Amino acid sequence: MSILVDERTKVIVQGITGRDGSFHTKTMIDYGTKVVAGATPGKGGTECVGVPVFDSVREARQATGANASIAYVPYSFAADAVHEAFDAGIELVVCITEGIPTSEVVKIYGKMKSLGVRMIGPNCPGIISPGKCKVGIMPAQIHTRGNVGVVSRSGTLTYEVVNQLTKAGLGQSTCIGIGGDPIIGTNFIDTLKLFQADPETKAIVLIGEIGGTDEEEAAEFIKSEVKKPVVGFVAGQTAPPGKRMGHAGAIVSGGSGTAAEKIAAFKKSGIAVADIPSQISGLVASLLK
Amino acid sequence: MNIHEYQAKEIFARFGIPVPPGKVATTPAEVGTIARELGKPVVVKAQVHVGGRGKAGGIKFGKTPDEAEKVAAQVLGMNIKGLTVKKVLVTTSVEVASESYLGLVIDRRAKKPVFMASPAGGVDIEEVARTTPEKIFKMHVDPCTGLLPYQARFLASRLEKDPKLQAQIASIAHKLWKVFWETDCSLAEINPLVRTSQGEVIALDAKINLDDNGLFRHTELETLREGENQHEKAAREMGLSYVKLDGSVGCCVNGAGLAMATMDLIKHYGGEPANFLDIGGSSSPDKVLTAMRIICSDPGVKAVFFNIFGGITRCDDVASGIVKALKEIDIKVPIVIRLTGTNEERAREILKEANLNATTLMDEGVRQALQMAKGGVN
Repeated sequence: MSILVDERTKVIVQGITGRDGSFHTKTMIDYGTKVVAGATPGKGGTECVGVPVFDSVREARQATGANASIAYVPYSFAADAVHEAFDAGIELVVCITEGIPTSEVVKIYGKMKSLGVRMIGPNCPGIISPGKCKVGIMPAQIHTRGNVGVVSRSGTLTYEVVNQLTKAGLGQSTCIGIGGDPIIGTNFIDTLKLFQADPETKAIVLIGEIGGTDEEEAAEFIKSEVKKPVVGFVAGQTAPPGKRMGHAGAIVSGGSGTAAEKIAAFKKSGIAVADIPSQISGLVASLLK
Repeated sequence: MNIHEYQAKEIFARFGIPVPPGKVATTPAEVGTIARELGKPVVVKAQVHVGGRGKAGGIKFGKTPDEAEKVAAQVLGMNIKGLTVKKVLVTTSVEVASESYLGLVIDRRAKKPVFMASPAGGVDIEEVARTTPEKIFKMHVDPCTGLLPYQARFLASRLEKDPKLQAQIASIAHKLWKVFWETDCSLAEINPLVRTSQGEVIALDAKINLDDNGLFRHTELETLREGENQHEKAAREMGLSYVKLDGSVGCCVNGAGLAMATMDLIKHYGGEPANFLDIGGSSSPDKVLTAMRIICSDPGVKAVFFNIFGGITRCDDVASGIVKALKEIDIKVPIVIRLTGTNEERAREILKEANLNATTLMDEGVRQALQMAKGGVN
């Protein structure tokens, strides 16, 4: 098992003919992901890196029976792409794009909830179930199959942690980057529920950062619902208040959303907190003993 | 992006929210002229991107144009929380009968916009939220329907008892919603919303923060950007995220989370980061060059630390950028490089040709950078 994506995942790439789209489609295929179609308006009937391209997601899905999509679409068109995928019956959309207006993500979230479907992201590296399926832009070679579930608001910091886990002999069931924006489709709690229910996942690593209260809510949830060991880390302890730290969602505003509050909430819920990233694999190993 | 009160009031006025008449000025003489045009006692308000202007002495009254000129000379050039006042807003003074609060933000937890209304206006709303949360009424707005009439009526009823005043407030609430949603705000706030002694409801103050991600579809608002220094501007135009801090170790990192973790690690090992800098995903050598120019222009920087975990970012691009920077910029401080991931081998070759080394571990890199910043040898 693993969560959300595995051998049965059939993926449509939205924006496949773009520079990023074609490059990452190739890396996903090389990894063994079943990329069944691409969708780019006006490019229907062509092929891109060996994958048939359709004008719309609807046609692509009808022709291939795809159940997931990944959007490599510029920020001004990305919200439309996600709506298109949902309206075509796609159940899981991974939205890599950074820079989508928050108001558009709010609208997508409303549709997502009413249809009972899921978006991962936006502004995220995607998701990988090592050895099975990669729907994202992460460097595949650092991952290895195993029992640790990783969920994070960050991209490269996640790679850092995963690389370390792999080197320590701790493989991963699924690694998911949920995105650095203030509003995201899938949050920590959504992911924790799935990891708790997944028999392959034996321990969970949760990587948070400043801004919002997702970590605090996750801590509450872990205390009451998660029976598996959890290791936590929060980035941004030295971030000044009121300044956006790269990610649109990473900002301490009105004195709330600080790293100190989140770390305190983690500790209160019995989560093993790493002071620095390089402690994470050691903590996971000790909890899995 | 934060904008000034006078800019926010211009947007309010465009959407029909009543604001006191006024104009912005940069000299006391201009203030005098505006006060004469207005023909009434005026308020001179410092235009700076911080709260608590009133308490800091940045808001002063002028009964006559001469007095307005005199107080403007005090306010212009004054320092409020580290910022110099370069502009003032001159508006007619209003006789206030009561003050309340009306604002809109995105509720990250509910993932919807939320209206907040409070009869406790004119004060720090975050303080009200902490000490007397029962005085704040919240109403989520469904983006499919927008603010519904009954919701506007309810909000108004929490602020005033008189039906005529309630109707004015409900109308302002609808307009504030339009401002918020149609211009991609992350915050739109009227604090205080006042009832004048003539029984009119007006926005005495205005605060708007714009969602940076929405600016591409409101290019006219881009001209409102102010208070940015040349380095922040250069970073933004190059697609880099840069925040200046006060430490001695300059940081150049790919990815926001890793960049924050790098700063934290510097602190953990006893140092202080000089900045946050995320060179972003697809990093060309030119981005690295710009990043180095910005970091090295900070006189507090004693060493520069590169922390690169190649994913989309290719390590060889970063290495080429570093070599280019060393050729084109007069860099006086030592550079410590940590890189691993995509095209790492090629990157090491490029660095070796330029007599540079790189470590693969983040902790080791940070420790080396700290030693260099303290004047030690590598």
